[in-house]
Parts: sequence; structure tokens; C-alpha cells
Amino acid sequence: MNPALPFKLLKNSYQQKILGLRSAFSAKQFILLLVFVLLSPSSWAKEAAPVAEDPVIEKRMLALSEDLRCLVCQNESLAGSRADFANDLRREIREQMQANKSDKEIVDFLVARYGDFVLYRPPVKPATYLLWGGPFAFLLAGAGILFFYLKRRRKQIEEPPLTEEQHRHAEALLKEDKGNNV
Amino acid sequence: MTRFLLPLAAFIVLVLFLAVGLGLKPREVPSPLIGKPAPVFQSQLLHEPGKTLASQDNLGKVWLLNVWASWCVSCREEHPLLVELAKSGIVPIYGLNYKDKPDLALQWLSQYGDPYIVSVVDPEGRIGIDYGVYGVPETYVIDKNGVIRHKQIGPVTVESLEKKILPLIKELQG
Repeated sequence: MNPALPFKLLKNSYQQKILGLRSAFSAKQFILLLVFVLLSPSSWAKEAAPVAEDPVIEKRMLALSEDLRCLVCQNESLAGSRADFANDLRREIREQMQANKSDKEIVDFLVARYGDFVLYRPPVKPATYLLWGGPFAFLLAGAGILFFYLKRRRKQIEEPPLTEEQHRHAEALLKEDKGNNV
Repeated sequence: MTRFLLPLAAFIVLVLFLAVGLGLKPREVPSPLIGKPAPVFQSQLLHEPGKTLASQDNLGKVWLLNVWASWCVSCREEHPLLVELAKSGIVPIYGLNYKDKPDLALQWLSQYGDPYIVSVVDPEGRIGIDYGVYGVPETYVIDKNGVIRHKQIGPVTVESLEKKILPLIKELQG
């Protein structure tokens, strides 16, 4: 059914109520209408985001701001944040894109004002060598420790060859064993 | 013995890292603008919309730029300190009225006192973006050459004034 229809009816009934014309709907009908309205998909929809003038720029802006941090709510991206601050920066990015700035120019603009912290992907430079290389350093160190540990362990569990005397002793024991069984 | 010492040492190192991490303030992002020329602006005065102030007008003196708004709760916290600082005459304070409504801002100043030489308005937060503002209040110390020397994120406190801002101003004025 047309989801707009019950809404229209409800609106009418509401207006009539305001005007004091209460006869239009019974309580049962009203509840039924309420159910229809709540079930209609249009009532679930959130407030629509403002439509950008240029969908291409909007798409580009969202893709870029996905990788940028909102400094007010630091665990959200600029694309996902509803903070006022994120809104301002999205507007700034949009405007710069309309002015034909490249993504790199826009990112540089933001980094110049807010620092590398605005980037979710920090650049590789001396201050971040440990950040980028640390996991690999740990992996190498772990592999090294494992290697030496296994090497030492093999030595520990390796059976040393029998000495001459141990050989003779063993042989004697074996012979004795045979003699008893036969 | 080393069997226990090694893990213990590793544990202590880990605890030290965590202890340092707890002391950090992730909300205070170091500004890349420190040591750089303060972004140039020219904007209307809050009290006299017909007049404007340009940041270059302040060249030759050490000044504070305080970003504030009537909707900002922590601004109220630092405000008495700013009023007092303004009275002392140590340093001129200029206000940047950030994303505010002029009538509310004026009312706020008449209610809590006006420590500013003048306040310029930034209704859309564009000057704010140039200065890397993300959490109001913020306060910038700008030297005679128009270079940003310090940025206080969040309200100015007695401690930050005494330990950092006032000594720095003294040094810059020197």
C-alpha cells in the first residue's frame, strides 16, 4: 500500500482534532493508522543528509575524509563523525575540491593546521619509524629467539653416542637376556 | 635465576610504558603551527560590526589570542582568570568569538566581564580552521613578529599561566 496515504489521513485527523472535530476517526481507527504509519518505511528513515550540489565531489570528499580523523571525537573519521567540527571540515574539503584542489593539496592543508594526528595513516618519517617498523622488529626478534631456543633444545634431547664400555655392557646384558629365554 | 629475571624485566618495561601512556593527554594534540607565523585574518569586531581587526595590526607586540564562545562551558571556567590577567595589564588579550551568535556573545561578556581589547567574530569557524582550533577554549601566545609560540588547548588554569604562559610572555617581551 502507499505508505504516504495513512500519513495523510493521520495528518487530517490531527488537524481535525485541533479544530475540535473529533468525529472523523474512532480510537480503533486511530490506533490502526498509527500502526500503519509506524510500519511504513518512510517513518524509519532518518533525516536526510543535505544533498550536495555535486555528487562527484561528495563522493570524493567522503572517500578522502574516511582516512582523516575527527579531532573532537578522536576515534571517528571525518566522514563518519556528526560533530560540528567534522561538519566544518567536510565543508572546507568540499569547497577546496570545488576549487579544483587535488586530494594531496587538501590533506597538506589539513596537516599544516592539525598535524599528522589528523591522518589515520601516519606518514613514514623518523618520528614514526618505530611505529611502522616496530612490529617487524618484534617479529624478527621473536624468530631469532625461537631459532636459538630450538637449536639449544635439539642439543639437549639428542642422545649422546654410547662409549665403548657402555657398548660392551649393553651387549653383555643382551646376551644374558637371550640365554635366559632359550 | 635468569629464567625469572627476564620475564620480570619485560614486565617492568611494559608497566613503565603503560604508566607513561596513562599520563599522556590524547586530547591535547600538539599543534604544527607552533614556531610558524600566525595565520592572517581580518574580521569584524564583535562590539562594532562596522570595524575590523587584522592580525597584522598586532605586529610588534606580544599578545594572546583566546578562542571563546558563549556556548562553551569550559570558557566560563577560565574566564575569571582572563579577566584578572587583563586587569594586570601584563599582556593584551584578543578574543576570537568562535561560531557564536553576536547577541548571545555580547550578553555573555556583560555577564562575566570582558577581558578582551577587542573580540573578532568567526561565525563560520573559518579563522578557527586556519588556526587549527578543534576544542574551545584555546589560547595562542603570539610574539612580536607574529609567530605562534604556544598553544593552550582547553581552559587556561592558574598552573598553566604560572608555569608556561606568563614566563613565556616575559621572555618574549624582554
